[in-house]
Amino acid sequence: MTDTSANGQNNAAPKKNSLFVQDARLKRRKSAEKRFQWYGIGAISIGCIFLVVLLTNILMNGSSAFRQTFIDLPITLNAEEIEAAEASMLKTGAYKNIIYAALEEQVASKGVETEMSGKDLGKIMSDSAPGELRGFVLANPDAIGTTVDFSFFASSRVDGYFKGRVERADLVNDKNLDAAHLDIIDQLKDAGIVGLHFNAEFIFGADASDNRPEQAGMGLSILGSFYMMIVVLLLALPIGVGAAIYLEEFAPQSKFTDVIEVNISNLAAVPSIVFGILGLAIFIQTMHFTKSAPLVGGLVLTLMTLPTIIISTRAALKAVPPSIREAALGLGASRMQAVFDHVLPLAMPGILTGTIIGLAQALGETAPLLLIGMVGFLATNTPESFIAGFDTPNSAMPAQIYQWASRADPAFYERAWGGIIILLFFLLAMNIIAVILRRKFERRW
Amino acid sequence: MNDMRYIERATDMNETKITARDVHVFYGDSEAIKGVDVDIQARAVTAFIGPSGCGKSTFLRTINRMNDTIPSCRVTGGITLDGEDIYDKRVDVVQLRQKIGMVFQKPNPFPKSIYDNIAYGPRIHGLTKNKAEMDEIIEKSLRRAAIWDEVKDRLQAPGTGLSGGQQQRLCIARAIATSPEVLLMDEPCSALDPIATAQVEELIDELRQEYTVVIVTHSMQQAARVSQKTAFFHLGHLVEYGDTSDIFTNPKDQRTESYISGKIG
Ligand SMILES: Nc1ncnc2c1ncn2[C@@H]1O[C@H](COP(=O)(O)OP(=O)(O)OP(=O)(O)O)[C@@H](O)[C@H]1O
Ligand SMILES: [Mg+2]
Repeated sequence: MTDTSANGQNNAAPKKNSLFVQDARLKRRKSAEKRFQWYGIGAISIGCIFLVVLLTNILMNGSSAFRQTFIDLPITLNAEEIEAAEASMLKTGAYKNIIYAALEEQVASKGVETEMSGKDLGKIMSDSAPGELRGFVLANPDAIGTTVDFSFFASSRVDGYFKGRVERADLVNDKNLDAAHLDIIDQLKDAGIVGLHFNAEFIFGADASDNRPEQAGMGLSILGSFYMMIVVLLLALPIGVGAAIYLEEFAPQSKFTDVIEVNISNLAAVPSIVFGILGLAIFIQTMHFTKSAPLVGGLVLTLMTLPTIIISTRAALKAVPPSIREAALGLGASRMQAVFDHVLPLAMPGILTGTIIGLAQALGETAPLLLIGMVGFLATNTPESFIAGFDTPNSAMPAQIYQWASRADPAFYERAWGGIIILLFFLLAMNIIAVILRRKFERRW
Repeated sequence: MNDMRYIERATDMNETKITARDVHVFYGDSEAIKGVDVDIQARAVTAFIGPSGCGKSTFLRTINRMNDTIPSCRVTGGITLDGEDIYDKRVDVVQLRQKIGMVFQKPNPFPKSIYDNIAYGPRIHGLTKNKAEMDEIIEKSLRRAAIWDEVKDRLQAPGTGLSGGQQQRLCIARAIATSPEVLLMDEPCSALDPIATAQVEELIDELRQEYTVVIVTHSMQQAARVSQKTAFFHLGHLVEYGDTSDIFTNPKDQRTESYISGKIG
């Protein structure tokens, strides 16, 4: 067997129509196939390059936001001083003096020689320190009379110096910090009491005013986004899926349903800012809902998400083979039973995917929030109760990022990138949930 | 042959289960059924034969109103079950389809367990009071559909995991689990091997004791083997209808003769 075939190949000229020889047409077809493969690989590579550039950029710019410069400061909580501070008109001003004194002592004890003192030396500290100290004292009255090791934020200029954002030359015209301060900081750094540490405040804390970038955090805007997502999920999922089921399975085919169909497709393409102005006009100006509240934001995002959910649910329902409906109807199931017992479970993976894509879109939406006033330094405390959170003015993740990016101090710029990392983390988490749910509900037929 | 004669006699005495009078079916503007009159005998097997596209499935589906699910489909004329017009406004299709079960051309088990496939019908119609009764119905239905031995050990396995022929028998079991009075079968054996076909034919013959069976088939032999009455459709017309033995041995219409002798089809 092998012999003959080997002979046939070597000796005799290939016969006509031989399987070993490819005709010109086949060669052309094959090269077309090859070309197409290269197009595909090229397209994917370009996509990947963009993604990698984007992600490295975000990580490089944003990861530093999760670390912050802290100054370790032991403070002896003298009962008399605290009593006097609480009795004074400017309470934080009095606490400020306690901190300045402690700072002077700390600097001296580390053997740092300086002529600066008091307020001037205090410029290396964040303005948030007195408030933090007072908060601690009020929360822990037992600690009065003891010495407590505090770790306060350094001012944003010092933080910028640690992160390479601020150079000595930049400080020539800066009224917030002088080069002399940096000399002290260098020595304190060597002494190990000033340094960069992970800053949980950035993830869990509230936004801060323009002159305290070091204190600003995403926490409350994450909460705002979370409340909006609850509203969207509770409204858009049942309404969207219900509408899709009705249109797909029950509605008689008529001009009217055609018009509705076309309009839903159009709604999906309407720019989000239009929904924002609609929300402003209807929910705030006409219905007088609380301005800037997650409830209103959620309602606006619901309007925006509905078309996505309806369209993807209809696609998922369409994809269920009609034979399944026939089987159920043929057994004497009512239409409702056929849909809910058989069609819907099969369409579930598609519905969930569509819903989560819609939610993810809503999570990253900024423009409509600008119009209903969910942007700015709005909330400073977590809402009093879970329910109250819906009606308490708050921001949302993308709006917070937008807000930071538009503030003047470059320290906020870094926080905007860090906020993007947090936002992307949530989007990624949602997509992973979508994949898991799809796997879970997917059944073969 | 003795058997055959006995069957003929029995059907002659039977009452009419379903009547159709001047039935026309339209899909949009095209007419698929052009005036069909037929009396289907109770407790007998009636076979619908005819070339592809002549309207057998369409007519079969008018009998349990499955055509209602096709928006473009329109039916005129009258069809009665036990003397009651099934297209009357008062008729609920759910009730009608409980009485008139259907097995489809392509096997279409639910993507659920074998057990749940059969249990679904009895469950929605409230035919059982407890699990024991349900188990009994399931075993009985699967036995009658000649598939019990193959699936008794894996009732919780998905019905869609069965072979094509097993799926079709599962669908038959599912249809008879609700104890319909009439069973409509659209080419139930087209996906089956000869052995399974023989089993299903045996089942059909057995079902005749209690049920009225209407079967669409492309196999002349099958029609001859299982049916007592045969209806020959051609281009939407019911060309000839009568005792199966008459149709096959002594067709009155030229077209019937050509079809069963293989000249048109
Ligand atoms: N849903 C539908 N919409 C429009 N026309 C249809 C539809 N179903 C069937 N028809 C048409 O009606 C006619 C009869 O079809 P039907 O399915 O009843 O034929 P059949 O006799 O069952 O054929 P086969 O033996 O191939 O199954 C055909 O011309 C077909 O094209
Ligand atoms: Mg057919």
